[in-house]
Amino acid sequence: MTTLHGATAATGDSGRAQIVAFLIMTGLLIAAPAVIYPIFLMKALCFALFACAFNLLLGFGGLVSFGHAAFLGTAGYVSAHAAKEWGLPPELAILGGTAAATLLGLVFGLIAIRRQGIYFAMVTLALSQMVYFYCLQAPFTGGEDGIQAVPRGMMFGFIDLRQTMTLYAVVLTIFLGAFLLIYRTIHSPFGQVLKAIRENEPRAISLGYRVDHYKLLAFVLSAAISGLAGATKSLVFQLATLTDVHWSMSGEVVLMTLLGGLGTIFGPVVGAFVIVAMQNYLAQFGAWVTIIQGAIFVICVLLFRRGIIGELGRVLKKAL
Amino acid sequence: MVDSEIILQTDGLTKEFKGFVAVKEVALKVRRGTIHALIGPNGAGKTTCFNLLTKFLPPTAGHIHYKGAEITRAAPADIARMGLVRSFQISAVFGHLNALENVRVALQRRLATSFQFWKSERTLDQLNGRAEELLAAVGLQDFRDYLAIELPYGRKRALEIATTLALDPEMLLLDEPTAGMGHEDVGRIAQLIKKVAKDRTVLMVEHNLSVVADLSDRITVLARGEIIAEGSYAEVSRDPQVRQAYMGSTDVEAGHG
Ligand SMILES: Nc1ncnc2c1ncn2[C@@H]1O[C@H](COP(=O)(O)OP(=O)(O)O)[C@@H](O)[C@H]1O
Ligand SMILES: [Mg+2]
Repeated sequence: MTTLHGATAATGDSGRAQIVAFLIMTGLLIAAPAVIYPIFLMKALCFALFACAFNLLLGFGGLVSFGHAAFLGTAGYVSAHAAKEWGLPPELAILGGTAAATLLGLVFGLIAIRRQGIYFAMVTLALSQMVYFYCLQAPFTGGEDGIQAVPRGMMFGFIDLRQTMTLYAVVLTIFLGAFLLIYRTIHSPFGQVLKAIRENEPRAISLGYRVDHYKLLAFVLSAAISGLAGATKSLVFQLATLTDVHWSMSGEVVLMTLLGGLGTIFGPVVGAFVIVAMQNYLAQFGAWVTIIQGAIFVICVLLFRRGIIGELGRVLKKAL
Repeated sequence: MVDSEIILQTDGLTKEFKGFVAVKEVALKVRRGTIHALIGPNGAGKTTCFNLLTKFLPPTAGHIHYKGAEITRAAPADIARMGLVRSFQISAVFGHLNALENVRVALQRRLATSFQFWKSERTLDQLNGRAEELLAAVGLQDFRDYLAIELPYGRKRALEIATTLALDPEMLLLDEPTAGMGHEDVGRIAQLIKKVAKDRTVLMVEHNLSVVADLSDRITVLARGEIIAEGSYAEVSRDPQVRQAYMGSTDVEAGHG
């Protein structure tokens, strides 16, 4: 695992590079709707957030989850249901979806956290499959059709999300807010212990840290932010479907994270944009998308193990 | 010797791995304030003993008492919180944290902010002074910004000891602290152990017999999981059973395992 890390200790110098990178990213995202279709951008932002949440867990906590689709998808269903059937305003619908994912994360975490390595991954996969079959059967999810025509409504009573650009501004704000929360988490007293556990778990234990508690908190945080991404996504597309709870979604987020750079700050964002763009522009090739995606992934892993941002950071000698 | 002087005690401590007995009915008594060495040929069960004492492995049978309390079933993190802290045979540092951060992680626990993910890590800077002192104590003052993974082996071991000392433990368990070190490093670490042992108890596994002779107040010799001799260096080195156990095994001076 360690060899995959693009991250080095953030010295003051890297700190400055990260601020510059953040400003560039924010500037690009503000300007982007002028040239790129906003719906595409919002989709990419939701996946970017999902990948950042996943990266927090794997890249900084060293925990491999194969079940993260459960959090994305469940939050999507709950917020879609809340907005459509209960008529809740979007802010409460998103909050509800996020809360559902957080709770689910707590349940998954409590069951899986004592398992190590691949066993942990397998337990999360198994649990997420149970969630998938529940969503397939449960009446409120609409089965194969999903929940459609979810109203976007008025946020806080005065922000009209039916305006595409307003919606974009809200999605961008959510993304940046959560991105900064993740950044802070990584650079917090908690983040230090988490990194220590990732680097050497027995040693962290021998220093008196009850590592399961830290891993559990990391897992719940990651689930919550994945849920926030899923809830936001369901309002953007006005749709919640089985795709988002399917195991292949759990795989896709791994792909995005590794492609962009595991354990980097900006890698998952870049990885998500690349994958979403690829799916968009390669859509004409039908089933070939998966194969092309797979091939690109293999090439990336072989050529630059650290991912796009990981390699860039290495060249610039900065942790990005 | 009165019982209150015993800080760590085991009775009938036994560990089986699928029928293979790695540690057999070990009765160990470590007196407070001493340096106690645990020696024996490779595979004798020394590391397994350490794993049992620090709860990284559950014993098959037997009891462990530390400061009068039974800790046979305690969790490993709680053992550390009681002041019994171990090092590892294979150097255990946090590779992608720098030297300062390695030590600070140990200091950080006492701030009780370690779950606060919303707080800036700058709140940890208050510990930097103490961390730098500890680095200086092991000769690492010029390496504070180096990632641990970049340090040469001897420096890694020194960093590990600084990290252990950061917890200010009552009792230290050192598993081959000088293994794989060059001559100079060995001398420096031996001096350091002597220094830190002034107000602490140390139980150490050590292959370098000159270090053992120089430092230890008492020596326990383990062979095939059993205690075969105990006493001062002069006493155990005269013991025919000890000589027998070491014969045919690799040279104890260079031995490493
Ligand atoms: N987890 C384990 N499973 C099976 N056998 C083990 C395990 N750990 C140690 N052993 C065996 O127990 C014996 C003692 O090992 P160890 O305590 O590492 O010896 P020492 O540290 O004295 O060199 C060895 O024969 C080793 O192979
Ligand atoms: Mg050993």
